[in-house]
Parts: sequence; C-alpha cells; structure tokens
Amino acid sequence: MTAILAAGDTLEPRTFTITRADLVAYADASGDHNPIHQDEEVALAVGLPGVIAHGMYTLALVGRAVAEWTGGAEVVDLGAKFTSPVVVPADGGAEVVVGGTVKSVADGLVTLALEVTSGGTKVLGMPRAVVRQAGGRA
Amino acid sequence: MPVDPSLVGREFPAPASLTVTAERVSAFAAAVGHPQSPGEPLPPTFPIVLAFGAMQAFLDAERIDLHRIVHGEQRFAYVRPPEVGDELTATLTVTGLRQIGGADIIATTSEITDETGAVVCTGKATLVHSAAPGGAA
Repeated sequence: MTAILAAGDTLEPRTFTITRADLVAYADASGDHNPIHQDEEVALAVGLPGVIAHGMYTLALVGRAVAEWTGGAEVVDLGAKFTSPVVVPADGGAEVVVGGTVKSVADGLVTLALEVTSGGTKVLGMPRAVVRQAGGRA
Repeated sequence: MPVDPSLVGREFPAPASLTVTAERVSAFAAAVGHPQSPGEPLPPTFPIVLAFGAMQAFLDAERIDLHRIVHGEQRFAYVRPPEVGDELTATLTVTGLRQIGGADIIATTSEITDETGAVVCTGKATLVHSAAPGGAA
C-alpha cells in the first residue's frame, strides 16, 4: 500500500542504530574502505573525534526512511551536506533519527524537507529528497 | 601538499564497469538495512559504488591518500532508477577547487551511464582533503 502524500504532512521519525560492524559490512558492499570508518587511531590522527560513519551510510538511512514512508516510491533526487560527523563508538553504536515533512507536491513530484540528527545534533545540512508519486497528481 | 589547481575540468573514468547483480544489491541493502523484496527499487544510494570507483581512480592518479579525504556533500539526480542487470560505468569530472584553512575543497561531478551510454544518474560530490600535519597550508 502506498500512502498518498500531501504538502504539510508530517513523516513519522525513524530511528536507526549504526554499529562498527555495520560500517565494516558497508565498506565491503560499497568499496569504501577509508580507515577513518574503521580505525580509531587513523581517525584521531586526521583530526576526527573518533571512528565516524560513512556520510553515505547516513544518506543511505535517509533513503531507507524515504522508502518506508513512500512505500518504495521512485527517488528522483537525493542529497545532503555532511555537516557534522556521526561518531560510532566501539560499544553499542550511534543512533540516527530521520524525520521530516512533505514540503511540496507538484507535477507528481513530492519534495521532502528532512531533519537528520544523532545525539540531538543535526548531522546533515540541507538534506533533500524528491520522489515520484505513483498515480499522484498535484 | 595542496591539490594541483590545473585539475579542474579533468575527467577520471572508473577503472571498470559494474554489472548490477542481485547479490551486490542485496549485500548493499543488507549493510544499510534497506527494505528488500522482489520488485522493490534498489537503495537509491547504490550508485555511490560507481562514483566511489571513479573517485578512487582520481585519488590514485593524483596520489591523494583516501584517509585524508572526508566526504563533504553528495547529491544524486536520477534520470531513471538503476536496476539489476544494468552494466554501469562512471566518469568523474573535477568541477572546482578551493582552499579553506589548509584544506582543499574539491568539487566533482560523476556521470553514471548504462551499457547503451544513456545517463542513469548524476552524482555531485564535495571532497574535503586535509593536508598532512606539518605540510604547507
């Protein structure tokens, strides 16, 4: 079932946990083996606060939330600035919350205004997703 | 060492094309917990696999260490959703370069095309390169 989205709708926030093991699986699946996502010493040496999640991992969680909210609608635009790192501790993990509203619906395209936080801090700047609303008209 | 300013406008193709298989998609989707079922679209960020390959080719050519790179921004615009069975290639173009506080801010565009040469999506990325400690700012 695909819900029809209308401007002003609130999208139920989704909470995801990122663990170090997830980052290892993601490195293998994406090919991005940058050690700042695995190795505390390397991360600290380049001035980071610790092992950080791939920015693309966080953006993938946005894609996941969008798929869940829209019933797998076709994504035509997706992106963000990685403004604040998501530090992933060795024990447990980091929580990322993806929330938002429907900003506009026009010509069958739904633009979502999003807010993505970890530990109460915004981690993405200007996160934006546009999806095609199946059978939908403005 | 700052990045060579004459890079702007240069193109770096990914070293190989990638056949999108159900196995590759499944591993990517599982890593990020993306919902998977038959007929479900691919995780929208899957094309980063191609864009990353082109970026790695660029870094290798310029002898830039990956661990000194932080991803500053990424945006994808899709002409059509990528699908299992596609054979995708990527070419990265350096579109801008500036320095802030000893870091190079490298703007890139990666065009991802299928086996017919048609564009599937375009990725725009900003890469932040921090110089080695003690290096010239």
